[in-house]
Amino acid sequence: MTRYLLSRLGGMLVVMAIVAVLVFILTRAASGDPIAVLLGDQATAEDIARVQKVYGLDRPLPVQFGLWVRELAQGNLGESIFLQRPVTQALWERAEPTALLSLMAIALAALIGVPCGIVSAVFRGKAIDQVFTGFAMLGASIPSFWFGLVLMQIFAVSLGWFPVSGYGEPGASLAARIHCLVLPATVLGVLNSALIIRFTRASMLDVLGEDYVRTARAKGLSENVVVLKHALRNALVPIVTVIGLTVALMIGGAVVTETVFGLPGVGNLVVSAVIRRDYPVIQGALLVVAAIYVIINFLIDLLYTVVDPRVKY
Amino acid sequence: MQLPLILRKLFRRRIVLAAAITLVVVVLVSLFAGPLSGLDPNETAVSQRLSQPSTSHLLGTDELGRDLFARIAFGGRYSLTIALFTAVGSIVVGTLFGLIAGFFRRLDAPVMRVVDAMMSFPDILLAIALVGILGPSMLNVVLALVLVYTPRVARVVRASTLVVRELLFVEAARAVGVSTIRILWRHILPNLMSPILVQASFIFAYAILAEAALSFLGVGVPPEIPTWGTMVAGSQQYAHQALWIVLFPGLAIILTALSLQLLGDGIRDLLDPRLRKSM
Amino acid sequence: MNRLEVRNLSTFFDTDEGLIRSVADVSFNIRAGKTTAIVGESGSGKSVTSLTLMRLLPRTASTQVSGQALFVNRAGQTLDLLTLPEPQMRAIRGNEVAMIFQEPMTSLNPVFTIGEQIAESLRLHKGMDRAAAMAQALRMLELVEIPAAAQRVREYPHQLSGGMRQRVMIALAMACDPTLLIADEPTTALDVTIQAQILALMRRLQAETGMSILFITHNLGVVAHHADDVAVMYAGRIVEAAPVNDLFARPQHPYTQGLLACLPGQQRKRAQTVDGKRRLYAIRGQVSSPLAPPPGCAFEPRCDKAIAACREAMPALRVDQAGGSARCILVPETA
Repeated sequence: MTRYLLSRLGGMLVVMAIVAVLVFILTRAASGDPIAVLLGDQATAEDIARVQKVYGLDRPLPVQFGLWVRELAQGNLGESIFLQRPVTQALWERAEPTALLSLMAIALAALIGVPCGIVSAVFRGKAIDQVFTGFAMLGASIPSFWFGLVLMQIFAVSLGWFPVSGYGEPGASLAARIHCLVLPATVLGVLNSALIIRFTRASMLDVLGEDYVRTARAKGLSENVVVLKHALRNALVPIVTVIGLTVALMIGGAVVTETVFGLPGVGNLVVSAVIRRDYPVIQGALLVVAAIYVIINFLIDLLYTVVDPRVKY
Repeated sequence: MQLPLILRKLFRRRIVLAAAITLVVVVLVSLFAGPLSGLDPNETAVSQRLSQPSTSHLLGTDELGRDLFARIAFGGRYSLTIALFTAVGSIVVGTLFGLIAGFFRRLDAPVMRVVDAMMSFPDILLAIALVGILGPSMLNVVLALVLVYTPRVARVVRASTLVVRELLFVEAARAVGVSTIRILWRHILPNLMSPILVQASFIFAYAILAEAALSFLGVGVPPEIPTWGTMVAGSQQYAHQALWIVLFPGLAIILTALSLQLLGDGIRDLLDPRLRKSM
Repeated sequence: MNRLEVRNLSTFFDTDEGLIRSVADVSFNIRAGKTTAIVGESGSGKSVTSLTLMRLLPRTASTQVSGQALFVNRAGQTLDLLTLPEPQMRAIRGNEVAMIFQEPMTSLNPVFTIGEQIAESLRLHKGMDRAAAMAQALRMLELVEIPAAAQRVREYPHQLSGGMRQRVMIALAMACDPTLLIADEPTTALDVTIQAQILALMRRLQAETGMSILFITHNLGVVAHHADDVAVMYAGRIVEAAPVNDLFARPQHPYTQGLLACLPGQQRKRAQTVDGKRRLYAIRGQVSSPLAPPPGCAFEPRCDKAIAACREAMPALRVDQAGGSARCILVPETA
């Protein structure tokens, strides 16, 4: 087991290293000079050169990369050009709405997706299966921003059940903040349940055709027990996989949803950073997101050992 | 390959047939509806702004009085073109890398590591970052999305290549002295057509959705270009007055993306009957 | 006393390609405490027969079952297994009638321990609590002669070999002390040596508990050593049924005769030569497609003794004086 952990850790580091290089190339390959934008039209060439020096943007690229990696190793993601504060701090301040939103959305997606997928598989071919499968296809075809706008119009503007946008007053309670997240979480959760339904259904169908399910029935167990205990446990590995995948989709989906609902989260931050060419923020956010995704995948792999006793590393 | 027979098998499921017809209709409408109906997507009529769907304006008008149906039809050209080029581009590049990774053992690990790294990002995030760097334009959106979806194609192609590579006829071709390029092109690639086609259909759908999201966020095509995404972006502030301005472009997106995915499913069922058992 | 009397059992599947008569008009009896073997080649309908009796067929609209399966339960009541309401059938499955399957490698749930899987049956049918059920599960594993049972009871199926897993399946089936055990080719997937052990185990358990066994197989050698009564199936029908010694000594139906002639030992006796070399006998031809059965006797296309009348109608089962029966017009009818 330890050998596996170490080799996985090594693999993750390699991936992150490549990510770092890619991110660096990406942001440096940009056209347009953020310093000039920051300082405005009035800036002279000297001013620009001076500020460039401060940010180290005048050194050759490989040197910049080396310096940057050293900073990373120290946990320093640099300083935002526009927000005038460390990137780490900027990300941390905005982490809560994104994290809460993602958690709520994943929970909703799983709560909708897994049961619907199971029912679809058990009643394969019947009307309910067609409905759920159709819903799953539809969910994968609906743009999240559109869905957000429509839901906002119905539930926030017309019915007034939820705030149209924002994250509540600065000192708002947790309950109030969650209330602001209900609509965006619904958008993300419902749309992403589509993939979970498809995978759960496919996985359950595979399992329901297995011999040990027949054995379970031959023991005289009720159909509920056969499906929910014997079949589902075995179907969990792909289901857990797809839920892990959904986390990545959530982070991406959060970007759009935060913009639609005006939430001060990481997604919103990244969008404005891109528009303003705030390299440190873009770099930092990309790295953090990639790292989170890689770690989550690793945790999912570890989860397999719990779910399936045949999996041993 | 008899085309009529294949088409008949593909369309045995009515829903796949409906999806294909819908796509054809969408393409035709976006190409010909404007000129045929005489409606001008750019003709503003401020007095008629934000009017509801009626006989004179099938889907209503937007905030500048432009006919929404004409706008959506016209915008379809841009959205579909961007998505089409994205699909083609990512298929070509992805297949190339997938073939290399699957066929040449020593290149497998490095290529797949890069693929893994690229897939460590959520699609939208990577696309936003790329367009942000390259600058907003139609070409850059296509380039960005191609980069986003290429790893996906590469993975699928690699997996299939690994399987096909082990088939006996490849070894036979090698033994006879067929050059590697020829093996790849004439023997391996044709066997990959089914997963490639399936991927193409789905990526086309994802590209439509992705471009719309990017444009909506303001990091896609420039707002002057009327894709379905920019339309929603430009009109969203009027949504509470006239929901249809946002509703109908969205429905166009949904219709197109859904049809593409159904078609992709149909192709997958057709070309890999074993899969039908679990789907 | 008959533990099970099957009368005119039929199972038809309505498929896109047509109606498949998997089991047609099958009747046989299983005596209490005895072993009845159903012999036939692949596709003869023997497995479908057993699944039909247990009501384990997929419950779709395209499955048509008719006939009766009269089972005498522990209380002495006679129940028709085919028409019992599902909850009552569930109370019988795994309890009074148990089944073991052909593929031990895949018949156990990979994510639960062996002990849990056996205990589940005990808790369901005998109402035992967890501790008692696990203790009984351990005893069952010892009963089927699994070495180091105390350790095995906590292990997972993938940690056991094929032969061991089949023993576990037997333990599972026997856990609630069934009066009828249906064994669908239980040893086909195992090596010959393990096969012998499993069969000996089953005989011992039968002697100890007095249960009946319905043994489904294509292996005549196994039938000769372990069965008391035999029914031969071909193309979904019983073509011959007799006590085991009678069947092997005086096979009536041409198919049975053909099967016995195929045994290598028989070949030596027949000293059949083709081109001066001794060849093994094989029944010529192939089983006809279930979708296009021949008009008369199903075996007629392959039968060396067929006459014109064989093509006209499916012969009825004719009973002879020893109590055996055969579905062939060439068999003289006595009863």
